[in-house]
Amino acid sequence: MSAPVGSPHPTTNPRIPPKLGPAQNQVHISSGYGLHPQNYIAPSGYYPQGPGKMTSLPPDSQCGDYYPGHYAVPTQNVVTPSTMNQQPGAQQTYGRGPPAPHIVGSTSGSFQGAVLPASHLHPSASQPFSFVNHYSNPAMYSANSSVASQGFPPTCGHYAMSTVSNTAYPSVSYPSLPAGDPYGQVLTSQNAPSVRPVKDNSFSGQSTPISHPSPLPPPASQQQQQQQQNLSGYNTPSWSAPGLQSTQDNLMRNHTGSLATANNNNTIHTVADSLSCPVMQNVQPQQCSPVVPTVLSGTSTKTPTTANHPVKPVASVTQPSELLQHKGMQYGDYINNQASSEPTPLSSTSDDEEEDEDEEAGIDSSSSTSSASPMPNSYDALEGGSYPDMLSSSASSPAPDPAADPDPGPSLAPAAPQPTKLSKPFGYGYPSLQPGYQNAAAPLNSGVHSSSPMFSGFQQYAQPYPGVNQLSSSLGGLSLQSSPQPESLRPINLTQERNILPMTPVWAPVPNLNVDLRKLNCSPDSFRCTLTNIPQTQALLNKAKLPLGLLLHPFRDLTQLPVITSNTIVRCRSCRTYINPFVSFIDQRRWKCNLCYRVNDVPEEFMYNPLTRSYGEPHKRPEVQNSTVEFIASSDYMLRPPQPAVYLFVLDVSHNAVEAGYLTVLCQSLLENLDKLPGDSRTRIGFMTFDSTIHFYNLQEGLSQPQMLIVSDIDDIFLPTPDSLLVNLYESKELIKDLLNALPNMFTNTRETHSALGPALQAAFKLMSPTGGRVSVFQTQLPSMGAGLLQSREDPNQRSSTKVIQHLGPATDFYKKLALDCSGQQTAVDLFLLSSQYSDLASLACMSKYSAGGIYYYPSFHYTHNPSQAEKLQKDLKRYLTRKIGFEAVMRIRCTKGLSMHTFHGNFFVRSTDLLSLANINPDAGFAVQLSIEENLTDTSLVCFQTALLYTSSKGERRIRVHTLCLPVVSSLADVYAGVDVQAAICLLANMAVDRSISSSLSDARDALVNAVVDSLSAYGSTVSNLQHSALIVPSSLKLFPLYVLALLKQKAFRTGTSTRLDDRVYAMCQIKSQPLVHLMKMIHPNLYRIDRLTDEGAIHVNDRVVPQPPLQKLSAEKLTREGAFLMDCGSTFYIWIGKGCNNNFIEDVLGCPDFASIPQKMTHLPELDTLSSERTRSFITWLRDSRPLSPILHVVKDDSPAKTEFFQHLIEDQTEAAFSYYEFLLHVQQQICK
Amino acid sequence: MEAVVFVFSLLDCCALIFLSVYFIITLSDLECDYINARSCCSKLNKWVIPELIGHTVVTVLMLISLHWFIFLLNLPVATWNVYRFIMVPSGNMGVFDPTEIHNRGQLKSHMKEAMIKLGFHLLCFFMYLYSMILALIND
Repeated sequence: MSAPVGSPHPTTNPRIPPKLGPAQNQVHISSGYGLHPQNYIAPSGYYPQGPGKMTSLPPDSQCGDYYPGHYAVPTQNVVTPSTMNQQPGAQQTYGRGPPAPHIVGSTSGSFQGAVLPASHLHPSASQPFSFVNHYSNPAMYSANSSVASQGFPPTCGHYAMSTVSNTAYPSVSYPSLPAGDPYGQVLTSQNAPSVRPVKDNSFSGQSTPISHPSPLPPPASQQQQQQQQNLSGYNTPSWSAPGLQSTQDNLMRNHTGSLATANNNNTIHTVADSLSCPVMQNVQPQQCSPVVPTVLSGTSTKTPTTANHPVKPVASVTQPSELLQHKGMQYGDYINNQASSEPTPLSSTSDDEEEDEDEEAGIDSSSSTSSASPMPNSYDALEGGSYPDMLSSSASSPAPDPAADPDPGPSLAPAAPQPTKLSKPFGYGYPSLQPGYQNAAAPLNSGVHSSSPMFSGFQQYAQPYPGVNQLSSSLGGLSLQSSPQPESLRPINLTQERNILPMTPVWAPVPNLNVDLRKLNCSPDSFRCTLTNIPQTQALLNKAKLPLGLLLHPFRDLTQLPVITSNTIVRCRSCRTYINPFVSFIDQRRWKCNLCYRVNDVPEEFMYNPLTRSYGEPHKRPEVQNSTVEFIASSDYMLRPPQPAVYLFVLDVSHNAVEAGYLTVLCQSLLENLDKLPGDSRTRIGFMTFDSTIHFYNLQEGLSQPQMLIVSDIDDIFLPTPDSLLVNLYESKELIKDLLNALPNMFTNTRETHSALGPALQAAFKLMSPTGGRVSVFQTQLPSMGAGLLQSREDPNQRSSTKVIQHLGPATDFYKKLALDCSGQQTAVDLFLLSSQYSDLASLACMSKYSAGGIYYYPSFHYTHNPSQAEKLQKDLKRYLTRKIGFEAVMRIRCTKGLSMHTFHGNFFVRSTDLLSLANINPDAGFAVQLSIEENLTDTSLVCFQTALLYTSSKGERRIRVHTLCLPVVSSLADVYAGVDVQAAICLLANMAVDRSISSSLSDARDALVNAVVDSLSAYGSTVSNLQHSALIVPSSLKLFPLYVLALLKQKAFRTGTSTRLDDRVYAMCQIKSQPLVHLMKMIHPNLYRIDRLTDEGAIHVNDRVVPQPPLQKLSAEKLTREGAFLMDCGSTFYIWIGKGCNNNFIEDVLGCPDFASIPQKMTHLPELDTLSSERTRSFITWLRDSRPLSPILHVVKDDSPAKTEFFQHLIEDQTEAAFSYYEFLLHVQQQICK
Repeated sequence: MEAVVFVFSLLDCCALIFLSVYFIITLSDLECDYINARSCCSKLNKWVIPELIGHTVVTVLMLISLHWFIFLLNLPVATWNVYRFIMVPSGNMGVFDPTEIHNRGQLKSHMKEAMIKLGFHLLCFFMYLYSMILALIND
């Protein structure tokens, strides 16, 4: 299993032992399982600073010297949020006009009337309106697009670059070489010898095929090796493999160490290079860790981050292809670009230039094909700088080094494996495994399987604390080595086991495939299935009582992505599946589809491999080597020329909105990010504001200042000047800036309290329908006028009702219809709701839900009274405005014959049975699909799922991103249980529960959730385990299931009995539906850390910063001590809870207050103090923050402040007035099972 | 008089049969992806109320003309129609909602329902035909 090893977390190991000791004590001392919510029993001295003996792995000096020095780029990467100093002061002419004149020309669509007031308001805007030809300008769009579709104008490139450089993520400083660093610690001297071989291997695995036309090293095999190294052979005979416990420790370390090296070296050599292998993405723990996103580490892919790290691949992805197009390449170019985040404009620019030259060189040498091969050089020169010799040496190393194995000894033994790709996927045993390696892999594997990192951590310390109760779970992995039972099936008695929560985040289980398939498989960050072993029949699935479905995050920011330009995109002729790594080649000329089993011809073009520049090896094409690829689509995939990026902002300017003051924040964010909006030279932008009337802004180039046009006829809305409302961003930039500067103060004296949201949306739809694009709606109250007006439906007395919660569904179909209209015209509506009162989010959310938009909710937003919300909005906007975006997208999900999809979750419109229509796609959108088994899968051993996302990039390219996931089919119930991915299952259940609560009732949904646990556990108890029934026995793979379900029941979305505002509840439901798994899990089950005693032990190094890695605490007040300070990471919020008896040193050093009493009640920032503990705390928080796209807000909660209820409600293992404690819940479940 | 009742019922029943067939065809078009969900649902929703009225009228007519057996036979179907129409959530676009029709096997259940109704109307058709002939002979 790769995740644990490759993750940044192994380094946490050293920290674990201290914890274990006391923990053990605790087991004995405290008997009452979570029943003491309020007494803080946790022993002080909980984990002593003193490093266990095992901590003795100081950051390896070798490593330390090696990398950080060279990769000291980080400073460049730091993007400081430019202080908003652009004051909106320049709105001289803009009307402070009295509101009255707005209503001058009221009805009958009187054009004159409508417009006149505008001119009245802006006497200085003397330009008369010409009413001629305002109404349509059909030529415009096509003209634009045709320009762009052929040959990108030079400006295009220019913008692209700026985009890249700017897209840098919110004040994140990008760690340039995190991948390497974390491992530095583990890289002990034993491993030193392995450095070399590994390096070579990994290098060749990635770049040799490119730079070497020689067919020598089949990339597959190399990758495979690497993968093996990473994955450490989970599926092989492994569980029972006779790993020596005593050596395990070493092996582990070797493993990690060598892996680290591999990555580092990768980084060095292949930085720029191209064969990005998705395999590596598998490696990434889907957990946060904001570590790596620079180019450097990008290739090395150790990045645990990608999902969360808003990397902005756009520009770098597109550049090469554009270049290629310029050059008129016609052959299948495999552009291996580094879709990485290169936050420094410098690097990206020069990068492109370099590439350009290289491209030419490539052309010279091979007439028809250019491959990205020379890139490494350029990158190296750029970023690594100082390793020319190593590069050349490895580049010239003839064969991939098999020494991916962790054995410290072997050096460049060129045992090039020959994986015959033709017969590839099925049952191919990897030949070149060194025996020692197998052994090494096996024990790891056993422990690692279900919740790996924890185990990997434990294993090191297994020896010192052999008898620890609490360790039994991890030890199980070791002690069971001799038995055939896989770790994930190890029975756990939930009522006995007190500490089931691992110390480190839970990773996705790895499907039990053979090694080369596993290596090729799609990253769990993008694609997860609730059951990694698919049951053979529906009957078996029914017996297991587990939900079967997929969790998708198809458009997530990837640090690297193979992009393929090819004249023919090879697809199955009958089911239209894209060719993928799991097809089988029958012979050179034919391949068999893995979804419908049809035999297809290999087209001539596909026979040539641009990567190796060899002919006749279709199985080595990048499409067949990577399960996540992106194709540049030809015009066959377009219904119309690719649309430009079009952004429309629809802003509420009623009294309520002006009072809340969001306009200031929005306009400043826009001003700052105007240049970073994704798009090319055709990008268009427009603004509309509304209260009881609709205001348009004429920003046509050439005007001296923006003109406001007021339409007061909201019953029959029309566009006053259709062609000048959406203007080219670059041509009218000055006007746009003027407008943004003026906007916040334009309506300061408004007395208009009504909100005509519906008509404004209709107008927006009319404005957008010729092109499509993105509409961002900012709304601060219940729409009260015109179409789509809503009534308040919430009864505050019912907020804490345990009975029926009503009004979870929409009140009107207006917004749904509008969304479907928008979706049909490729327009997505994103809703920002900033209201302090009930605004019927349930109805409003429909406009985003069905148009594939996003919903953002800022309850009680006020820019001065609620600064934390204002800050959150500002940071969210930064991400929102600059993140990648895809337009006019559709996503189709295919699966192997026999399986069928029946229900989809997420924000989209299901256009036909398996086709999701997504007007926009953004990297923060997640989807879920429920599956059923229609035909028995008896005649196949593997099933595959493929999602294909066809979209128009912001650069006007049509692209297809394809993810393919392959899973084994099993026939026994035990295997089904062994393969449960509990996090995916919980997320799918949460989605189903949302549907249920809307279509039926909340209590039904809650019952269904409890039943899901009861059914699956009782099914397990009665069929698989033959242990006594009195205890609650679960397989290890399901041990967190009851905990997570309890967490779901205590979610805002599903809780009863606790006062929950209807909008909050609905928003929580919307988030469940639309968030990708990683973020959703944090919301469901927050992470709790103790932060008053952070040490550098086990810390990882990110970008020259030391990030401490405190262990996870379970969510119970039992863990809180009066003397401590705790950080809770709830995904979108951080709480720092300060105990009454918290050490004054900590308070002074970190919070900057002399003592507990003087800590202010509302504290949302940690001061930047020059003390060690402050530095540690801040770096830890920054690190957590960097791991997610939307920046969370921080609340410092004092133990005696009223805000602590907010904090305590997240302690889900504790009892509340309305809900069970975890232990009670277990008893309840047990009772239900016994019934 | 009786004959008139049955002649009317017969015509009404024919209309309902055509409507059922139309439902089936449209739904299967959607299934085969010939039309999109939006247009399919707006087409079908248009006919939900006519179907409801058509069927309720016959049912009531049978009650008035004291044909108890036929009335009781029609009652469940008529009740179902009304129930289905009333239970549409306020946010949905009608009995057939384009955003949900592909979810949770709704398409299949709609299809099944249309099939059952077709069978039922055919049965009714022959019953009305028989009754009509009987009534004409008796006259």
